[in-house]
Amino acid sequence: MMAGFSRPERIALMVLLTLIVASPFVLYPIFLMRVLCFALFACAFNLLIGYVGLLSFGHAAFFGMGSYVAAWTMKFWHLDAAVAILLGGVAGAALGLCLGYLAIRRSGITFAMITLALGQMVYFFCLEAPFTGGEDGIQLVPRGHVLGFIPLTNDMVMYGLVAGVFLAGFLFIHRVIHSPFGQVLKAIRENEPRATSLGYRTSDYKLIAFVLSSALSGVAGGTKAIAFGIATLTDVSSGTSGEVVLMTLLGGLGTVFGPVAGATLVVAMETYLAQFGAWVTVAQGAIFVVCVLAFRRGIIGEIGTRLRAAL
Amino acid sequence: MERVTTIFGVPAPLLFGQLLLGLINGAFYAMLSLGLAIIFGMLNIINFAHGALFMMGAFVAWMLLSYAGIGYFPSLILAPLIVGLFGVILEKTLISRLYKLDHLCGLLLTFGLALVIQGLFRNYYGSSGMPYPIPGVLQGATNLGFMFLPNYRGWVVAVALLVCLATWAIIEKTPLGATLRAATENPGLVQAFGVNVPRLITLTYGGGVALAAFAGVLAAPIYSVNPNMGDNFINVVFAVVVIGGMGSILGSIVTGFGLGVVEGLTKVFWPQASATVVFLVMVIVLLARPRGLFGKLA
Repeated sequence: MMAGFSRPERIALMVLLTLIVASPFVLYPIFLMRVLCFALFACAFNLLIGYVGLLSFGHAAFFGMGSYVAAWTMKFWHLDAAVAILLGGVAGAALGLCLGYLAIRRSGITFAMITLALGQMVYFFCLEAPFTGGEDGIQLVPRGHVLGFIPLTNDMVMYGLVAGVFLAGFLFIHRVIHSPFGQVLKAIRENEPRATSLGYRTSDYKLIAFVLSSALSGVAGGTKAIAFGIATLTDVSSGTSGEVVLMTLLGGLGTVFGPVAGATLVVAMETYLAQFGAWVTVAQGAIFVVCVLAFRRGIIGEIGTRLRAAL
Repeated sequence: MERVTTIFGVPAPLLFGQLLLGLINGAFYAMLSLGLAIIFGMLNIINFAHGALFMMGAFVAWMLLSYAGIGYFPSLILAPLIVGLFGVILEKTLISRLYKLDHLCGLLLTFGLALVIQGLFRNYYGSSGMPYPIPGVLQGATNLGFMFLPNYRGWVVAVALLVCLATWAIIEKTPLGATLRAATENPGLVQAFGVNVPRLITLTYGGGVALAAFAGVLAAPIYSVNPNMGDNFINVVFAVVVIGGMGSILGSIVTGFGLGVVEGLTKVFWPQASATVVFLVMVIVLLARPRGLFGKLA
């Protein structure tokens, strides 16, 4: 499991594991499950922006579609939770293949605008489509069982599953980033014409990265739907797309642990400052501004630079 | 009983009514995407705060009326000036720090600014929205023979068209526009000729923002003045910009009006798809002509 991790990464991973194991005894498991679902979502998003340099502004489409599919299959087909989460991932991947095929035709700012528009299209589709329950969403989704026999009604058991899904996704992304495939992705980020001239079909690589990212976003959405028993329009809305950008930016673009730290802070802010209403939006906007102007490496990126280690 | 004329099996008044609604939405798409195109041409950033500044235009008009008793027509000049000045301050203090960095930084910064502006207005005015009366002279409707045209809506379409064409003329036909286009093409060379390019950039941003605020004032009597009114437009406007081609002035005007009409017609023939039709058009354009209808090859 530790293969491919550098020494600083290994230490950071140990810290992360300790936190995941210890925190449910101190904090609400419900809050922590939310953190982990969004952390996986942010890590998946970071795979695109941090390692291919593609800024997607419509990633909630994949998160939301995964959430709807997992919720629907749990509620009406009474599937195993693991299968439902997997189906959420498949839904994210399928949608990612379609939208990614369109979006990677352009790059930079236009890519961001296209993904935003496509995400909005998915939102309106979900608003009208019969299976999503429209404004109500899919409510009262049962948690069911995982692996056929472990009931998930207990929050701690559910937390265990969410933590397992998160870790599997996290390690998978780390594996992808440090594979030869990941090296090509970074080459595309740094200089796409050069990668092309070296003989790589860059659009294929970009599409595969897009599909991987949307599949993992779907997994995150599916896990969230089962843990909270609800899939709603919020999951596919542009607000959620913006939030995941904020999490990744705050934690550190292109760092392995950054999105996790960013997701923790953003979810904590939303949970504990909820009584301040729209001030949370103002604060989020201000964080964007400060991050872009003065803090472009993000929290983990800044720590990594201080320690001279890539985290 | 009077016989109602039908066109393609649709009652004519319904068809013309939706066509008019489409034209009005199209007028706003055109004005907003025009501002985005001007700003993009000069600053190379996509102004994600455009929707928030559009909303601010409507709010400033509402404030001028409620707090100072200043009516619609003075607001049509004052609100864009005030919001444009605000844009100039934003550009001078924040956005101008990012020109040497990746273009995505400008996008993220303006997105953050949009959240701040929207959040502040939501804090003080809630999300429900305030009514803004149609000015007296423009109340009522005119019988065109085949339909009743509410005067204010006709006014909006006419004024929007006029402003769009005037902007196009300024950029394409005047010496100022020539300098602007030259500075877009090669800022270094134009600066060497003694033109203050940074000031030109600031004024361009202010101008684009003022255009958004102007659209906001026009929109105030039609839609209720509320902090989220920009959101409904701006997502479609981004699709319009992609369809028209980034940075094309004439392209954004034509595509804006055109897609408004397409949306209006979809509402008649297939209402469920009316919210997505613009995005579907974008998909088709991306497949057939990725650079957009009026876009130049990069």
